Amino acid sequence: MNFDLPEELQDIKRLARDFAVSEVLPTVDADDKAHRFRRDLVEKMGELGFLGCVIPEEYGGNGLGYLALAILAEEIARVHSSLRIIFAANTLGPAITIWRHGSEELKQKYLPGLTSGKLLGCFAMTEPNAGSDVASMKARAVLEGDYYILNGSKMWISLAPVADIALVYAYTDPSQRAKGMSAFIVDMKSEGITVEAITEKLGNWSSPVGTITFENCKVPKENLLGREGQGFAICMQQLDNTRLASAAGAVGVAQACLDAAIEYANTREQFGQPIGRFQMIQDMIAQMCVDIEAARLLTYRAAFLKDKGVPNTLETSMAKLFASEAANKCADYALRIYSAYGYSEEYPVARFFRDAKYYQIVEGTSNIHKLIISQDALGYRKANRSS
Amino acid sequence: MKVVVFTKQTFDTEAKITLDDQGKINPEGVSLIINPYDEFAVEEALRIKEKTKGEVTVVSMGGPKAQDVLRQALAMGADRAVLITPELEEMDEYTTATILARAVSRMEYDLILGGWRAIDDGSAQVAGRVAEILGLPVVNMVIKLEIDGGRALATREIEGGSEVVEVPLPAVITAQKGLNEPRYPTMKGIMQAKKKPMEKLALSDLGLTAEEVVPKVRALKYFLPSPRAQGKIVPGEPAEAAAALVRLLREEAKVI
Repeated sequence: MNFDLPEELQDIKRLARDFAVSEVLPTVDADDKAHRFRRDLVEKMGELGFLGCVIPEEYGGNGLGYLALAILAEEIARVHSSLRIIFAANTLGPAITIWRHGSEELKQKYLPGLTSGKLLGCFAMTEPNAGSDVASMKARAVLEGDYYILNGSKMWISLAPVADIALVYAYTDPSQRAKGMSAFIVDMKSEGITVEAITEKLGNWSSPVGTITFENCKVPKENLLGREGQGFAICMQQLDNTRLASAAGAVGVAQACLDAAIEYANTREQFGQPIGRFQMIQDMIAQMCVDIEAARLLTYRAAFLKDKGVPNTLETSMAKLFASEAANKCADYALRIYSAYGYSEEYPVARFFRDAKYYQIVEGTSNIHKLIISQDALGYRKANRSS
Repeated sequence: MKVVVFTKQTFDTEAKITLDDQGKINPEGVSLIINPYDEFAVEEALRIKEKTKGEVTVVSMGGPKAQDVLRQALAMGADRAVLITPELEEMDEYTTATILARAVSRMEYDLILGGWRAIDDGSAQVAGRVAEILGLPVVNMVIKLEIDGGRALATREIEGGSEVVEVPLPAVITAQKGLNEPRYPTMKGIMQAKKKPMEKLALSDLGLTAEEVVPKVRALKYFLPSPRAQGKIVPGEPAEAAAALVRLLREEAKVI
């Protein structure tokens, strides 16, 4: 048992913090209020190697692994949660999935671009009527000659309005239920694709999200990942990874809330002393500290298991559930400590509060994670299966 | 072109400085960074290396923590690092410069770079002293540097403008803000840094004894600036308030 981060990960934490503070923080409020997506920051993350952290060197990555990824995600989200979504959707959506299941041609074609930030990828599973119940999706892909003909509608797709490629899940054989689902890489400039941005949402304003409609969209058959019918398994594996980045992002948002709360509690004076001297404020600060520490350790453990290459669905679910709830509690407490100033847009706490909500919803709602965890404990359904 | 860069680990620019029971600066819990002026020097060395296919050696003095600074420079692209840990109770600029000059004299070099001052003690003496010991020309506060064959063309800040000076190499050049924009280390660089050589030296490895580097200057006392006094609001009608303000500035604040 060793809780020390290896030196190179300490250095990466410092690098991620430097990047976030120097490149993101100066304009974060203005960017967020303008709902501005910063492609230049994507490329900067590519140059620094962030986007290649789980991709091996031969395809443009650096293979530092999932613990490195969790550290990056936390430090980015600590400054701007929106940018963390962009980082994770690209890296753990199409990039890692192409590396795991794509042909050599697909790897050569897409991975150098996805790791450098020259290409941006999104992933599309959710549909208007298929959220938590992923398998109930309606999208269809039918093989005709050299192409799959894709039809269907995907909703709440992060980066849809700005992505160059998408990892799309659709049924090739609906009669087989989940075993009839397949995964494809789709060029977003293909004919038959319509993207509509969802512009009004609660938080994470600088991370574009949208609806993608496929109408007889032709996808070259070599863009199938793995084999027909492997889509659901690929999807679950992908979610396991994006969930880790969500957990880490939630830790980052929680930490941002604590940082802000401490600063304010030490400077704001009421009744002749800094409000941090009042025990009810101290109670909130203490709870935030402990929740963040626990969430971070759960996240690091899930990442550690991923780097080790052993099943980790259960541990990842625990990290995601706990960290998301911690982020929301911390945002709530930070807002209480800031009180009226927290309610105003003058301080970033209102943004943290809006952005935190996202983490209870994406990559499996908190309730879905409770299902995974409790059913494993009760012996109904084992969470960690090595498939 | 072989370039040696002096780097110092300093307190973070945003660190809150406190004094301990003995009245010394308290290093507990303060985050440490590479001295920003030294970071400019590292960046400049790397640019020279990239142009001339050279080699960059970074040198730092301090305890094991100072390795963080060297690792950062290695991750940015420096080739090798030297950490000197003299384990001395008291040091001054004479001590530091004597040790660094001895360390550099064992190396091959065409150019020595460093920040023009460290942001902590701000003495701005060490690079100049090293140049003096080694018998090299020194140019301070450089904002532009061109290397041409065996000469360096350095633009430096002077009161009201700039001055361009030429010196033969080897020389000591100190960096001022504006010289360049330091790069970030990349993740790949961070991994490569682990494999690069880091030489660790004690005083005795340099053939020096503690007696030879006894400081000539001793700090007698440290004190923090007195906290800013509460502001005062002068109430009343504008004309009367202005008159009252002028009286206060003259009689109380004694600034006019």
